[in-house]
Amino acid sequence: MIWKIFLFLLLAFVSIAGIAFPIVEKPAAWYEFPFIPGLEENAKIIFFHVPTAWLTVIAFFMSTIFSFKYLRKKNLDDDAKAYSAAQLGMIFCILATVTGAVWAKFAWGQFWSWDPRQTSIFAILLIYGALFALRSSIESEDKRATLSAVYSLIAFITVPFFIFIMPRIMKGLHPGSAEDSNAGPIIDFQMNPSMQLIFFLSLIGFTILYFWMWQVGYKSIIFRDKLNKQLIIPTGSGQGG
Amino acid sequence: MLAKSYALFKKDFSSELRTRYAINSLAMFIIVAISVILFSIGNETITESLTGGLFWVVIFFTAMSGLARAFVSEEERGTSLTLQLIASPSTVFTGKLLFNVILVFCMNIVIAILYSALFERFVVQNFPLFVLTFVLGNIGLAVSSTIIAAIIAKAGAKGTLYPVLSFPILLPLILTCVQLTLSSFDGTSFDEAQFELAIVVGYDVIMLTASYMLFDFIWKD
Repeated sequence: MIWKIFLFLLLAFVSIAGIAFPIVEKPAAWYEFPFIPGLEENAKIIFFHVPTAWLTVIAFFMSTIFSFKYLRKKNLDDDAKAYSAAQLGMIFCILATVTGAVWAKFAWGQFWSWDPRQTSIFAILLIYGALFALRSSIESEDKRATLSAVYSLIAFITVPFFIFIMPRIMKGLHPGSAEDSNAGPIIDFQMNPSMQLIFFLSLIGFTILYFWMWQVGYKSIIFRDKLNKQLIIPTGSGQGG
Repeated sequence: MLAKSYALFKKDFSSELRTRYAINSLAMFIIVAISVILFSIGNETITESLTGGLFWVVIFFTAMSGLARAFVSEEERGTSLTLQLIASPSTVFTGKLLFNVILVFCMNIVIAILYSALFERFVVQNFPLFVLTFVLGNIGLAVSSTIIAAIIAKAGAKGTLYPVLSFPILLPLILTCVQLTLSSFDGTSFDEAQFELAIVVGYDVIMLTASYMLFDFIWKD
């Protein structure tokens, strides 16, 4: 219980600090953020956009790991864990895409410009969408678990290609891209200690939140399956794990 | 194992020759897709980069319309259990892959010929680069669509799900192949296109390995 209160306080502090702390030319007080050329006030999105993008990747990775575990041990609990991670990954992926697009409207002038990172996150969104479409089309539990595990493994190995191809096809606009001289790599050089502190607090807070939600998610899926088996109710509609 | 795969391929080939279902539908699909593009262009001359992109658009959708047959037909006729009894999973996959590779090559050669005849800007400067891209791209396309076809056949869902599942898997390949096709239009030398070629080769090898490793799980019920 105590850590839930701690998490609430942490996320409340991060939200207030991230939105309310001012950006000034020469930060003096501890609560002032530095002025980053090219980003200006838009820089504040880093406290909310980067954690969601980070969790998208973590969830994708965890979903793949548990899919792999399922294929080795054939334990349906692993499938529930992979499915729950994928569900959360989809939510965070949509959040990252939307917050990124809104930020891009103000920083680059348009919502979508097929920047390498936008294309990569779009590909991850497509993979998640395809995974859920596949899952909802299969009735049998074991078959659904096996086929979706195989699909997520195949999808996972194609993702690294984007990292290599994208910068060759189009120039990166995103802060932190390779040729980005004015605003990259912002995490190391241009954030002052207080900004870094709130950034990493935000990362930690969102990560704890993710693991909590993931635990609740997969436990509820496992309980539902158990109840279904006890009551001998046909799983029907083909939803859920 | 290779003899068995070849026997499986011959079985698919002769049953294809008997019904001519895939060949007919693919040929008609190619004609329909290209004529839709030509109608929408009208009298305008489109740029080189658009021609190269549209070339791979037609290839992608033609593959999506025909390649799922390999495994779906076995499930429809109820012959997949017999196949499971007489052959190992990798043998089945090799046979089906061989059939799909040949189908992809036939259909893409037709598309390439039609494109060079009908589109003014489809002029290849560096012909060896184009052929290499074409061959490597076709192999990658065949491998990925065969493994996804196996998933689709077991999922019992036909039609719409196939392009949905295949697109994210094929996206890196198609993007790189479009890039390479445009380079061959510009007459770029092999040295400059080395990186993209390495990516396509890497994609083919990795997908082939992963497909053989994962096909066992799909095939055994």
